[in-house]
Amino acid sequence: MEILEYGFMQRALLASLLVGLVAPAVGIFLVQRRLSLLGDGLGHVALTGVAVGVLTSTAPVGAALVAAVLGAVLIELIRARGRTSGDVALAVLFYGGIAGGVVLLSLAPRGQATNLDAYLFGAITTTSSGDLVVFAAIALTVLAVVGLLGQRLYAVSDDEEYARAVGLPVLPLNVVLAVLVASTVVLSMRVVGLLLISALMIVPSAVAQLVARSFRQALYLACGIGLVVSVSGTTASYYTGTPSGGTIVLLAIAVFLLVAGAVALREATARRRHRRRGEVHAAHPHEHGPRCGHPAVPHGDHVDYDHDGHLHAPHMTGTGVHYDEHGTVTAPTGQGATGSTR
Amino acid sequence: MTDRSPDAVRLRDASIGYEDVPIVAHVDLTVRHGEAVAVLGSNGSGKTTLARGLLGLATVLGGDVEILGAPVGRLRDRGRIGYVPQRHTVSGAVPATVREVVAVGRLARRGLYRRLGPADRVAVGEAVAAVGLADRMEEPVASLSGGQQRRVLVARALAAQPELLIMDEPTAGVDAASQQALAEVLARVSAAGTTLLVVTHETGPLAEVLTRAVVVDQGRISYDGPLAGAATTHGDHHCGPAEDPARPGYRMDQPSVTARVLRPLGGGR
Repeated sequence: MEILEYGFMQRALLASLLVGLVAPAVGIFLVQRRLSLLGDGLGHVALTGVAVGVLTSTAPVGAALVAAVLGAVLIELIRARGRTSGDVALAVLFYGGIAGGVVLLSLAPRGQATNLDAYLFGAITTTSSGDLVVFAAIALTVLAVVGLLGQRLYAVSDDEEYARAVGLPVLPLNVVLAVLVASTVVLSMRVVGLLLISALMIVPSAVAQLVARSFRQALYLACGIGLVVSVSGTTASYYTGTPSGGTIVLLAIAVFLLVAGAVALREATARRRHRRRGEVHAAHPHEHGPRCGHPAVPHGDHVDYDHDGHLHAPHMTGTGVHYDEHGTVTAPTGQGATGSTR
Repeated sequence: MTDRSPDAVRLRDASIGYEDVPIVAHVDLTVRHGEAVAVLGSNGSGKTTLARGLLGLATVLGGDVEILGAPVGRLRDRGRIGYVPQRHTVSGAVPATVREVVAVGRLARRGLYRRLGPADRVAVGEAVAAVGLADRMEEPVASLSGGQQRRVLVARALAAQPELLIMDEPTAGVDAASQQALAEVLARVSAAGTTLLVVTHETGPLAEVLTRAVVVDQGRISYDGPLAGAATTHGDHHCGPAEDPARPGYRMDQPSVTARVLRPLGGGR
């Protein structure tokens, strides 16, 4: 493939693969904790780190990592003190981080490449081999920590008060999660950009929560979706000449809209089918029960009644009981079938 | 390890509140291991704050508060406490199965890094069976009814095999059948030696299990004695069976399992 002949695209695809896998693995805990915008706040703080890196001629990635991790720890400590809400603390991070970054970058000596857009919106051509090594190390560390502490992070994200009551180390676990978010922000800034990183953390998780039945399933599904949209978005941006960050995020949102539409359609169809079943027996002449004369047939988590060869499932609603049609009897159901209605 | 103190809970001149504002003031209370206590009171009386003080969720502003033989802030092994919060649903933003939610109850027993093992999985299975949801183990909690979700929270607390079980309004918004079934679970928990502290404004069928009542009124204990006495001296509390206790509730499918889940008092971890 032509795209793989270029070294910069090989690096970009590798970086996008790492980002696609890692961002949702962290983001799903933020969704559970209803702190979806934490990634955005830390992205803004990382910009200040980038600016410091540019000004001091040190590696912007390293400076961004330090700034984002410090911001992450700070926000958790502010939240833990309980005097300022997480919402206000996030707002201070948002504005302080981006304002600091913009002001510091404006102080850079003339002629020094600051390339602000590349950091804000992602630029696939800017990933160096050195960056890739750092990204791989960050990605492996983040995945290892999620693997090791995932159940605890879930517990704290799901019910912080319970976790505190039974002695789980809530503050350290929250700090760990915030540091994971900070690391993921820095890992992602070359590919999706600091302003869009939160989307890659949150949107795949939002898709997964629509269809998954368990947290574990949601986690794996979110990572799979993240990986696919990240790599395909990067590839698409090469051919279309569009910024990688925006392309990836638009692709992720398209997947979200597609799945949300399919789920809504499925639910609407199920509701219609249910209404039709209910209408068949809107005027059911008697209530099924142990002595109604119709054999009881266990069906999953409930009991149906064999009524003239078709199965009736009682359904209690606010307006009383009606009977849903649950198919026909395929085998003898036992004694006592009357085949008639009282 | 179990403490050698004969008391599961001990408050001496304790004041508990939030930030600097005491909600409960100058309270003395001793609950011995194995007791089944109802903490009664009307809305805003301070009964929930009292329980939250024991759990470290409210601030001890004065006096001494000891739980399982240690000052509340210094209890090292808080996994010995089971807690059922006043929460009407379990479901979070991301779907989780009954098994996943109940497994959280085992984590505090396993330190920071240890993964849950076969013994934990058995404990989770038995706790879920104890509340009659064994056949719903792999289902998302969001698909369960409100009463069933409350049972999941009870199972999460039971999975910890606690020495002290603190429940906050476990019967609020729960139908009579589920209340009766909860009473059956608590009877087994209590018989196995677990100390019960149930914060409620209406005991309902739990009156069959809870033997002692502590009535909190305007941040102070106004009555401490037999539950029946609280019923006669405090007319605004409803102590007694629910209106329709005969209605079939969630069955204790495996009572023998339930008994094994609940580690006898003084047992090892």
